[in-house]
Amino acid sequence: MGATPGLSRRAFVFGSAAVAGGVAFGSYGRAEETPASPAPTNPLAADLGPDSVAFNPWVEISPDRITLIAQHADIGQGIGSIQPVMIAEELDLEFGQFEIRFAGPSPAYFNTGFAHELAPFMAADQSPEAEKARAVALESLRQSGLQMTGGSSAIPDTYEKLRVAGAVARETLKAAAASRSGVAVADIRTEAGHVILPDGTKIPYVALSAEAAKIPPVTDVKLRDPSQWRLIGKPMERLDTRAKVTGEIMFGIDRKMDGMVYAAVKLNPNKGQPIKSYDASKAQSMPGVRQILKLSNGVAVIATNSWYAMQAADLVECIWEPSKYPAEQAGHWDIVQSSFTPEFLAKQWRNDGDIDAGLKEGTLLEAEYRAPYVGHQPLEPLNGIGIVTDDGMEIWVGHQTPQSVQYIAANAIGMKPEQVTFHNEWSGGSFGHRLEFENVRALAEIANQLRGTPVKIVFSREQDFLQDIPRQIAMGRYRGSVKDGKIVAADVQVAATPPFKELLGRMGMPPKAPDGQLAVGIWNMYYDIPNYRAASFEVQGVSPSTTWRSVGASANGFFTESFIDELIHAAGLDPLQARIDMCKIPIYRKLLETVGEMADWKGPLGNGKGRGVAFVESFGTSVAEIVEVTMTDAGIKIDKVWVAADVGKVLDPINFENQVQGGVVWGLGHAMNCELTYANGAVQQTNYNHHEAMRMYQCPVIEVRGLENDYTVRGLGEPPVPPAAPALANAIFAATGKRIREMPFNKFIDFV
Amino acid sequence: MFDITVNGVKHQVDVVSEMPLLWVLRDELGITSPKYGCGIALCGACTVQVDGEAVRSCQARMADVAGKAVTTIEGVGNGKLHPVQEAWIEHQVAQCGYCQTGQMIQAISLLKTHPKPTDKDINEVMSGNLCRCGTYERIRVAIHAAAEKIGGE
Ligand code: FES
Ligand code: FES
Repeated sequence: MGATPGLSRRAFVFGSAAVAGGVAFGSYGRAEETPASPAPTNPLAADLGPDSVAFNPWVEISPDRITLIAQHADIGQGIGSIQPVMIAEELDLEFGQFEIRFAGPSPAYFNTGFAHELAPFMAADQSPEAEKARAVALESLRQSGLQMTGGSSAIPDTYEKLRVAGAVARETLKAAAASRSGVAVADIRTEAGHVILPDGTKIPYVALSAEAAKIPPVTDVKLRDPSQWRLIGKPMERLDTRAKVTGEIMFGIDRKMDGMVYAAVKLNPNKGQPIKSYDASKAQSMPGVRQILKLSNGVAVIATNSWYAMQAADLVECIWEPSKYPAEQAGHWDIVQSSFTPEFLAKQWRNDGDIDAGLKEGTLLEAEYRAPYVGHQPLEPLNGIGIVTDDGMEIWVGHQTPQSVQYIAANAIGMKPEQVTFHNEWSGGSFGHRLEFENVRALAEIANQLRGTPVKIVFSREQDFLQDIPRQIAMGRYRGSVKDGKIVAADVQVAATPPFKELLGRMGMPPKAPDGQLAVGIWNMYYDIPNYRAASFEVQGVSPSTTWRSVGASANGFFTESFIDELIHAAGLDPLQARIDMCKIPIYRKLLETVGEMADWKGPLGNGKGRGVAFVESFGTSVAEIVEVTMTDAGIKIDKVWVAADVGKVLDPINFENQVQGGVVWGLGHAMNCELTYANGAVQQTNYNHHEAMRMYQCPVIEVRGLENDYTVRGLGEPPVPPAAPALANAIFAATGKRIREMPFNKFIDFV
Repeated sequence: MFDITVNGVKHQVDVVSEMPLLWVLRDELGITSPKYGCGIALCGACTVQVDGEAVRSCQARMADVAGKAVTTIEGVGNGKLHPVQEAWIEHQVAQCGYCQTGQMIQAISLLKTHPKPTDKDINEVMSGNLCRCGTYERIRVAIHAAAEKIGGE
């Protein structure tokens, strides 16, 4: 696509990703096709059985089953359930009447949900210019064909298109029944997987599949008003709940194939570097071991089960090519610290009023904040199954970017992306981990050396930690001034590695634009501060980094909301009321008021107790949190958390609550006690005892309220994370008078 | 060769005596509900019952569990759902679900010794089970609900 002038301003979360996507995924580019268009563009058409119909890329009906396609990967967030539910709502299906299948790679599944992030306008901006920019962004996404689960975009992406997909299928089935029976379509209705004729005759959908396949899909459909919904917005049992409780659910790590061999790896912990040499003599003679293979960045042990393979892999002695980044952690911080220079300036995102004059007024405050590297470490370690033949590769792996799996695997073994057939899996968590490729690359290299044999790779937890590309490392330098009980100025500088830009680079689509993720939490800052400046600096030459649940906002949200709190205290104001008073956007003000009501906020508590509040909008979703702590003899105890989140429309209220609670636990736990640090080029933390996050005994009650004031539907997987850390830090200050400006907090204070 | 009974079914396995039960179940017997999370007793995802006791199967050597009766989540309800499983469904605890089989086995063990557990009891027994998705509060609520169910039976 041509460059869109507006895009450069927020060249944003995606930057030129969507633009570059058209190049990187050129072989998939069938830009003239629209997602809901029928047959030739429909990825389901190729594998359709006899007498079966695929109305669009999401609904397939054969004489014996109804299959609904989930284009977004389920990484625990529940999208594997709500996607088919949205189709079922319009298609009049009951739970139990359909199967769910994850989508293969196809530009038909391009993610429309990134349009808001891509357009250079604030989330709440409904101006014609903003909407126009979003339309332009949408078109660029369509042309890119990029299918990705991430950025809390799955609901915004699918909310309309899956209901349309269901409605199209329903109307086409009705048309098929009309031509069979001679009854007018207007007299035909649908219910619970059946077309119902005026005389009460019920025809199961599956019985109409052959006839429906012969007529063009009826695309002129009207979506039902939300007041008519049977499923969406009502408490429901997630479709994967039962299988997860009986143990039947099959994650990627659980799959088995005939003739399969098991692989474990030992890869260079100096990320991105190759192996020099190795000695496998000890490993070779271990029980169960069949073969040792050299990979570009390490070795693989092939054995008769995963444990034998892991045990032997441990014993391979490897000489690694040393890291290109500093071997020791202090060296990483040195580089971050010295990146606040014009050379590394990525972008000045805001410059309101006169910052220099503003900072000279009243009392000046200065503070420096830090956010370390952190690991993702979902409980299911990286794994996958692959088989390479002379014709191509087939791969089964839980992943958020199907096309990139094809690209990475193909590149690793000298094939073309379209030669790689990808199957998605239910994943045991991701948090950003399953956007990266360490397992995919190693698996492709191994399976390529064992052509014809299915190979299952499972990373040991230790390898998973060592290969985990961490959250960005970040520092914030903040200055501000207060005068006469008001915040006069704030000057915000953040230096960090650009996580999303780096990920896109590894996906083969390196963007030129600044990483918009480093603007989140400093650009979209909604308090009315007359003199406000915000800039990001992109750090180079340290560890690679990537997207970690909530990405840029996970660090920037902590910095900004901590500093705002410092300014508010310096101005002698109440932390909640001051935020409400300064907040420029009515629905966000309402959100802050709501969380205040929930917590019954009345100012300082005394008795070693303290409350902190924070508000961050990320991925368009605004979330406000209040944390209450008590300083005990054994350290800080987190007593309770209140959360208000506005997503425009709550689609699954129970899962909504669960996601918010999980996001808060994620944000608090990692802020309390997690960091990855480098020594000798490798991270020092290799299992959960070094990187523990929150456990049951530390978990507070988390009270959640969902608001529906936003004008459009928003995602929720990540936005509850960013306010958690600053709300906790602000609560600790309220309880103890101690400001903690660096994560993890347990370097400065004990937790119960 | 070792004998092992899993969910009432007898198996023979030919593995080294140090192989952890977890891998015997998963890779040799194809029983995949016990999960590999950490391998060193830090996460609880691999928890199963051995002769009725909750055990980290990544730490149980085959030679030490030979001849014993192993129960995984598939076997806890004797063909029905166990009250703990029912509570887990009613309160929709799971997100990714990867930790949950281990959580439920641990919760069943807790309820045997503490039929009416306090939050403190729950903290003490359940804190070894990691949930990266952060479902702790729902686990707590579901355990209390399961205790009610069992008590009311
Ligand atoms: S795998 Fe056994 S405790 Fe983690
Ligand atoms: S539900 Fe995902 S680790 Fe517990």
